Amino acid sequence: MAETVKKIVKTIKVDLDKCNGCRGCEMACSAYHATPKYSSMNPARSRIRVIMDPFNDEFVPIRATDYTKAGCDGRRVYTIRGKEYSECSFCGTICPTRDLFFDPDSGLPLKCDLCEDEKVPLCVQACPQGCLTYVELEEEVEEEVKTSEMELGLKSLVDKYGVRKLQDSFARIAKKG
Amino acid sequence: MRYAEAGYNLEIDLSRGNIERVETDPKLTELFLGGQGVNAKIIWDRVGPEVKPFDEGNLLIFGAGLLHGTPVIGCNRTSVNTINPMTGIFGHSTMGGFFGPEIKHAGYDRIIISGKAPKLVYLWIKNDKVEIRDASHLKGKTVRETTRLIKEELNEPFAQVACIGPAGENKVFTASLEHNWNSAARGPGPIMGDKMIKAIAVRGTKDINIAHPQELFELCLKMKKEMYESDGCGDWMAVDEDDSFHHNNFSWGNSRTRIKNYWSEELQKRWTNWKYDHMDRQMGCYNCPKGCINVISWPGHPRFGYKCYGKDTYHMAAFKELDYSYELLGYCQDYGLDSYSTPQTLALGIELYEAGILTDKDMPNFPTDSGDRIKYLVEKVVHREGIGDILANGSWHAARQIGNGAEAFEHNTVKKMEQLPIKLGKLNPAYYLMIATGEKMAITQIEGSFPQDPIRDLDERQKFVDRWDAVPSEIFKDIFMRWEKRNEMSVEDTCLVTDWNEAMHYVDDSTGLCGFVSSFRGQFGGKTAFSFNNVPQIISLATGMDMDKDKLWEICRRNRTLIRAINNRLGIRRVDDDPPKDHWAVRDPELEAKMLDGYYDLRGFTKDGIPTKEELYKQGLDYVADELIQRGILDPNEGTPSQEKAKLEDQKSGGC
Ligand code: SF4
Ligand code: SF4
Ligand code: SF4
Ligand code: SF4
Repeated sequence: MAETVKKIVKTIKVDLDKCNGCRGCEMACSAYHATPKYSSMNPARSRIRVIMDPFNDEFVPIRATDYTKAGCDGRRVYTIRGKEYSECSFCGTICPTRDLFFDPDSGLPLKCDLCEDEKVPLCVQACPQGCLTYVELEEEVEEEVKTSEMELGLKSLVDKYGVRKLQDSFARIAKKG
Repeated sequence: MRYAEAGYNLEIDLSRGNIERVETDPKLTELFLGGQGVNAKIIWDRVGPEVKPFDEGNLLIFGAGLLHGTPVIGCNRTSVNTINPMTGIFGHSTMGGFFGPEIKHAGYDRIIISGKAPKLVYLWIKNDKVEIRDASHLKGKTVRETTRLIKEELNEPFAQVACIGPAGENKVFTASLEHNWNSAARGPGPIMGDKMIKAIAVRGTKDINIAHPQELFELCLKMKKEMYESDGCGDWMAVDEDDSFHHNNFSWGNSRTRIKNYWSEELQKRWTNWKYDHMDRQMGCYNCPKGCINVISWPGHPRFGYKCYGKDTYHMAAFKELDYSYELLGYCQDYGLDSYSTPQTLALGIELYEAGILTDKDMPNFPTDSGDRIKYLVEKVVHREGIGDILANGSWHAARQIGNGAEAFEHNTVKKMEQLPIKLGKLNPAYYLMIATGEKMAITQIEGSFPQDPIRDLDERQKFVDRWDAVPSEIFKDIFMRWEKRNEMSVEDTCLVTDWNEAMHYVDDSTGLCGFVSSFRGQFGGKTAFSFNNVPQIISLATGMDMDKDKLWEICRRNRTLIRAINNRLGIRRVDDDPPKDHWAVRDPELEAKMLDGYYDLRGFTKDGIPTKEELYKQGLDYVADELIQRGILDPNEGTPSQEKAKLEDQKSGGC
């Protein structure tokens, strides 16, 4: 069993009723993670996406949480105040069943890092509407081994191509390098 | 690297099924910025006066604004331009939402559509992958169904869709193009129908690059917060439930009946409850903190979203209350009907029936209740059935097609297009000029920077002027300080006021900014998010272009002149610069003529309202001058009215 430790847990609360669908959170997240910072914007690279269907009045901002090799069946459907939502609408999993939270160029997963260097995450800063609020909670949590962005990318490549293929390619590139 | 811009146009020829990605000339950005400005340049170059609106040669251009896709707040309005079949001239049309920024992210600054598809199609654009797809299964489908079906069959929930409903398919002149709860009126609807293109779906996953990232981003984050908190931007009508302004001052029915004391507290309470008891949300557009779109689910009827005065037009045409509009709006949006022109045309139909010009033969089983009558006519118009086939062409054309005295009942159009139903006593000089000369057809697209009325109290006036953020120069403060009575403003001041009002809209329509955070808000004083005082700097930060107030003003003037020239080439002259005869009860033809002359002087137009050769050359539009001369439209030696007058006086005093 992993050790439990006291830790500040950062998270972002979402008040769906306050979302006006502006997608400024997406724009800001993509800009923050651009190199150099803010030099380009591209919601498709954002680690937060607004699941949005205006005609059904559906607006759900979700942040990319964990990467998974295989999604669940995603078949549950919830009705809230007469509006139907699929469970995927609330799910932040970086999951192969949908074209979401994968970098459009490299295809690698994009995970929310809570904008670690910032006092307040960028998506929250871009949402004065108050749909997103940043909270810090002190909690007893299991000590987790943090996966870096690179590791996450490697993991998804392993899932896609298998360890063997990846090892071979890596060896080849290393030799050329 | 191109900053803020994608650097490519997407050219689609529907007749040949040809698709091309064409690199754009950065010079055009310097001259016309983007959005409507560059669209107009393309229309000048490629759509000559021989091309009729429903010819294959007419273009339909979806122009993203220069600043779309950048972090600039409230910048999302797409300019959709074409030759409008109702007016026969340049169709000024813009819509909010998400479409322009998505085009940018797909790697284009605009989509240029020409030709006609042999059968109903839709476009699917995902970055470099562009497909013309069969849409026969979407024929006759409503806007919401079409949007849903397209996203489903593409399996692209993040695609942005703009489409027409049955009205557009049937080439109803008052049809609109719909995108989420936004619509583009004045041309694109029927042209989509004629080109047999039901919808465009776009998804883009490319970067937009910024010239000065840090500075622009920090400025925008700050602005977003300020704009969210400020009541100086967004549509105040989304939060202020006192709508006595429209109901007491605007005319009901066929723009004829004013009910001066219509509004009451009791009514406001009832209407407010109707709204908030059934409102799902107030939605915004791309990267804007405001929520101008009121989304309403009225029990038993389709959900709809409306902005500002859009909730009033149907019930005011039918002499009903708000619940009547709430019943109807969902259907009309699903059909893809413009809520400004359509209700007026329908009210004209009712009037003609009452006058005996239209009879039971034209309108079999015409109901007796005015509300049922509007509903009856909506169905006829959308499907172009019976009398609907005529009313579908808008009031101006319909009255003339019906004849038999019907022309006299059509009284609220300029350049063949319905105007807001305002009938007032004394002339407001700036409004005279804007309604007369405005090339954008709707006064809301021309007015907005300078107040509509003077402030009586001198102290109050001074206070207003002291905190007036949007003024581009002190002159406007002086003009406002000396403005005492609404109908009394010097010709010179009137022209300057009109110039500023117009210029700010040209800023918005080329950058893609929304009037509710910009051109429409200067008139209320205080702080306005965007004005000539910060837009030049913002353009510089985003694009790296060297921009200042004067340069921006010059570009706006050029865009305005070019659109005038397009319309001149299509036949527009001084006689067409004419507000509805009964817009004001008291008219002053002599003063009006002076104002027109003054305005033409300021714009560098001849007495007949055509830009002079000198003016066109000065603006780098020499090819426009040459063509107008060659076509015999422009006399190369003719100057502006005051230049001509001076010449005459010279001749008189000269001689021997
Ligand atoms: S910025 Fe806020 S309001 Fe806008 S889409 Fe994101 S969560 Fe919704
Ligand atoms: S997105 Fe989430 S809910 Fe949907 S299939 Fe994947 S893991 Fe399951
Ligand atoms: S917290 Fe930061 S990384 Fe996470 S979604 Fe928001 S902006 Fe993106
Ligand atoms: S001010 Fe209103 S209409 Fe304009 S962009 Fe913002 S939300 Fe849209």
